[in-house]
Amino acid sequence: MKNPIKKHTNDVILESSTTFITFIIFLFAVYLFFAGHYTPGGGFIGGLVTASALVLVLLAFDIKTLRQILPIDYKQMTAVGMLISVLTASGALLFNKPFFTHAHGYFNLPLFGKTSLHTAMLFDLGVYLVVVGVTMTIIQTIGESD
Amino acid sequence: MINLPLLPLLIPLITGVILMLFPNRLRLQRSVSLVSTFLTIVATIYLVYSVRKDGILTVTLGSWPAPFGITLVSDMLSALLVLTTSLLVFFVIWYSMYYLSDLHQRFYYYIAVQFLLLGVNGAFTTGDIFNMFVFFEVFLISSYVLIVLGGKPAQLRESLKYLLINVISSALFVMTVAFLYGVIGSLSMADISQKITEINQPGILSVIAVLFLIVFGLKGAIFPLYFWLPGSYQVPPTPVLALFGALLTKVGVYGILRTYSLFFSHQQQFTHQLLGWLALATIVIGVIGALATRDVKQILIYNIIVAVGVILYGVSVMTRQSLEGAVFYLIHDMLIKAALFLLIGVMIGIAGSSRLKDMGGMIKDYPLLGWTYFIAALSLAGIPPLSGFIGKLLIVRGGFEAGDLVGPFVVLISSLLVLYSVMQIFIRGFWGTPKTYSGPKRHLTKQLLAPALALVAMTVLYGIGTEAVRPLISQAVDPLVDPTLYIQAVLRED
Repeated sequence: MKNPIKKHTNDVILESSTTFITFIIFLFAVYLFFAGHYTPGGGFIGGLVTASALVLVLLAFDIKTLRQILPIDYKQMTAVGMLISVLTASGALLFNKPFFTHAHGYFNLPLFGKTSLHTAMLFDLGVYLVVVGVTMTIIQTIGESD
Repeated sequence: MINLPLLPLLIPLITGVILMLFPNRLRLQRSVSLVSTFLTIVATIYLVYSVRKDGILTVTLGSWPAPFGITLVSDMLSALLVLTTSLLVFFVIWYSMYYLSDLHQRFYYYIAVQFLLLGVNGAFTTGDIFNMFVFFEVFLISSYVLIVLGGKPAQLRESLKYLLINVISSALFVMTVAFLYGVIGSLSMADISQKITEINQPGILSVIAVLFLIVFGLKGAIFPLYFWLPGSYQVPPTPVLALFGALLTKVGVYGILRTYSLFFSHQQQFTHQLLGWLALATIVIGVIGALATRDVKQILIYNIIVAVGVILYGVSVMTRQSLEGAVFYLIHDMLIKAALFLLIGVMIGIAGSSRLKDMGGMIKDYPLLGWTYFIAALSLAGIPPLSGFIGKLLIVRGGFEAGDLVGPFVVLISSLLVLYSVMQIFIRGFWGTPKTYSGPKRHLTKQLLAPALALVAMTVLYGIGTEAVRPLISQAVDPLVDPTLYIQAVLRED
């Protein structure tokens, strides 16, 4: 695999394994996120696992590299995540139901077949973004002050 | 609109989140904060009106049935406190726009204030004891941000102490809730109250009552747990101090008021007597502190402690009259403390120091500031017809009615000494030979005075309009005297 990123140290094994392990971890995070609907998992765990994939990149390379790959302001990510969660929960206000009341139902989707869709998933998406955002903000802040 | 009790929480929450998207655009931050806080006030006024009309409003989140889901309960007490809080935050934001430097404001100031508002309003509204802990954490975390704002060495030192005290008391809070859950098996406050009545509060619950007293007492600064307050409150910038002094200790007081009327009302000869003695000791300590210092900030900070003592004495007597006095005085004290802190902020801005020896003769150049302060000081001490009077009158009468002679006298003598301590500021700061001042905010006096003046005007109206406010206070006290009203409102079948 061609690596366009300039290397600082000579951890060949760590760096080359990171380049593909990161994606496996990320896929696992996505799996955990959706599994959380009925089984162990969810936005919080998914977010943490995603953050761990990013931290692995951070360890193998450095902060600059991570910024180059994902030019995201993690503080904004936290804000967007919170906005999604709060707005999902307040959606109930439009129907004059108590705050946080969720809606769900079964739909026949192409490719997936009969699938349960639940607004709690949107709330969890917000949680996911907040967890990734907060974890990465903390780690970057600590890392930069060294 | 069944979600009405939620609006004073939801508006600051959404505002705080939206403000996080553009932390560096100050003009937008200011205008969005002001507008949204104003909307919160409007929503809360409508809430008070609805509670007046329809009685206690409840909403159980997520449509779960009541003892299992988290209930938000707006009775008149919580609605009035939420209204007072939102009003204060509005005036403090207005004041901060001029008082704080751009650098201060850029460090998430308005965001932290919105989350503080969310936390305090939430703690006043929630009907679930664990949820109350969560809201305590929300406003505590915001207060950690606010207390270090500016990052001076003294602030870092004091915020470390503040953090440590609050982390310990939060841990104790969770443990206490866990004990209560272990005994009662419920977290819904209405359900807990009902079950404690059924088992007639055995000894273990009195122990838990004392633990709650320690938890809320640490936040509310009662004797002997007040030790962290004078140091920590000295360091943050004045608008932040106004928020802390007016709101944070009062949430602790509210916690005691709620738990001691709703949960632990069956063994009063132990729990309430203990509370009464501690409240009187708090008054004494606060008065001694306020008289001993020659620093305007410290004088007012010790007066916070005095007020906490007075209110809690009213709570400990537990008669209808003394509770009305306590609620009346609680709201009065929130308003007047914020107003006084904003006023001395102007004085400090003019003089460039908070020591009385660096001030003098201010009334010559700043007559409006002087007379506004004079009225506010009289109101704090409780001179009729200003708002401190009626609350203290009810507390004292309640005390005599319950056959206590010591308490009412302590409250009365403390009023006199409080008056003396705040008049010190007037005599030494406004009278005497005028000095030439070179404080950094001299030229902003007019802009800073406007919100402070508005707050003082509100307390004057609150005092003169007692006749109009009394029915609301009376309705606020109903569920405190008779917890079944609260229980029925939450656990009703529908």
